[in-house]
Amino acid sequence: MTKPMLSIEAVSYAYGTRRALDNVTFAVAPATFTVLLGLNGAGKSTLFALITRLYGTQHGRIRILDFDVAQDSGEALRILGVVFQSRTLDLDLTVMQNLMYHAALHGIRKREAQTHAEELLARIALSDRVNEKIRNLSGGQMRRIEIARALLHRPRLLVLDEPTLGLDITSRADILSHVRHLIAENGIAVLWATHLIDEVDMHDHVVVLHQGQLLAQGPASRVVDECGATNVRDAFIRLIRSEDLIGGTE
Amino acid sequence: MNTAVSERRSAISTDQAKGGFSPREYTICLKGIVWRESLRFLHQRERFISALVRPLVWLFIFAAGFRQVLGVSIVPPYQTYILYAEYITPGLIAMIQLFNGMQSSLSMVYDREMGNMRTLLVSPFPRWYLLCSKLVAGTAVSILQVYAFLLIARLWDVGPPPIGYLLVLPALVLSGLMLGALGMLISSVVKQLENFAGVMNFVIFPMFFASSALYPLWQVRESSPFLYYVCQTNPFTHAVELIRFALYAQVNRISLAVLCGCTILFVLGAIFAYDPSRGFLARRGEAGGAA
Repeated sequence: MTKPMLSIEAVSYAYGTRRALDNVTFAVAPATFTVLLGLNGAGKSTLFALITRLYGTQHGRIRILDFDVAQDSGEALRILGVVFQSRTLDLDLTVMQNLMYHAALHGIRKREAQTHAEELLARIALSDRVNEKIRNLSGGQMRRIEIARALLHRPRLLVLDEPTLGLDITSRADILSHVRHLIAENGIAVLWATHLIDEVDMHDHVVVLHQGQLLAQGPASRVVDECGATNVRDAFIRLIRSEDLIGGTE
Repeated sequence: MNTAVSERRSAISTDQAKGGFSPREYTICLKGIVWRESLRFLHQRERFISALVRPLVWLFIFAAGFRQVLGVSIVPPYQTYILYAEYITPGLIAMIQLFNGMQSSLSMVYDREMGNMRTLLVSPFPRWYLLCSKLVAGTAVSILQVYAFLLIARLWDVGPPPIGYLLVLPALVLSGLMLGALGMLISSVVKQLENFAGVMNFVIFPMFFASSALYPLWQVRESSPFLYYVCQTNPFTHAVELIRFALYAQVNRISLAVLCGCTILFVLGAIFAYDPSRGFLARRGEAGGAA
């Protein structure tokens, strides 16, 4: 059996008395596109903060390949590419300066980083904006730069937290298609968090999170079948409603 | 899928991951952080100008006005009577570093609010190393400002003996690190940018005025012995005195010891505060930006 790229094992997290994640377990296989589906407040961003070691785990274990995020955070973060929900580019620096800063934060030599950055920018059709300040770019372009930046250190797992939030329909489609191509081209695993159901393909692996709890996981087609639904949207609504009903009777 | 490409990429990443970081990679990371801080500083010209204008106003206006009022007797390290402008120069140097430390702290709170801080915190290098690198970067920027100030002051014939410009450098490094670490520690407890005015009122002004920056402490003791002890325990006083002595090729051992101790304490405090499992930010659930 193939070793998972990301393993979330019985992870729970609470902000004081408010429980954000409750015993969540799932895995992301290599070279797959996994969608972490959940409404706002489902716990997706908390899970991202735990995967990226912004927060320390309270209960459970997170592993990236063989590396425990809590114990071997350096090794784990080294093979992880991250795109956060909020923009994290420095607006006053140019595209290339932002990329070079990221490369330095991964200990990559300038010449090597520059060559790879140029390749990545060419792939996202932004080679001509290399010396442009970030604040002069559109939201979609900034997102593409963030994805290029996340790939600069050649990660094996790419995690993206609502990367299409606030973008127009064309930019959303471009970014989604670009990330899907990355799996085919580079063989990296992708964890894509979203609340936008139309971003899920029936061939994707889905993980449904609601109020900190894992409701379902598996290939989208199987989840749809198991729910007796006709499509992902229907399955998602059924899962959430049944959970809310159970929660309401407790 | 292109299996060959995938296998090659996997091999590269696994080798990198297993190998840890080499000293060269650590150096690249440090240089990158210093480079980024310097770029940001150069882009913010207003910040550079205001960093210079503030001490220059004190030197050329305040010092001129109070020249006759505040008499300065011969106190170490001076061996003769000096002009008041000369006396306050080390205090103004330390003031530049104090403001720079707080400015770095402000920019950390801003970065946290904007989410930029995450770029730094998700780097695979140890977090203590990233914070120390940021500290070094802030100190380097503050030293640039100090030398720009000293250059302008020299044009008005205010300044130490020529060798002092070189000998003061280690003192500037230490005081810059101490004040930067204090700023970093403060940034971990300041929740929002709006709360930063409080830092001005409760940290910068009391530290600056309750020190030997503007007046010798014997004068303070004559007015209030209690205030004198407050000034003596203020780490900023020792930053001023270390700089003052270094400018005249001397070492104030007590100040050196206090600064070393405070630097270690503040750095450890900042590392603890930014610890993802136990720090203040983790407790508030906002390490590196709102989740």
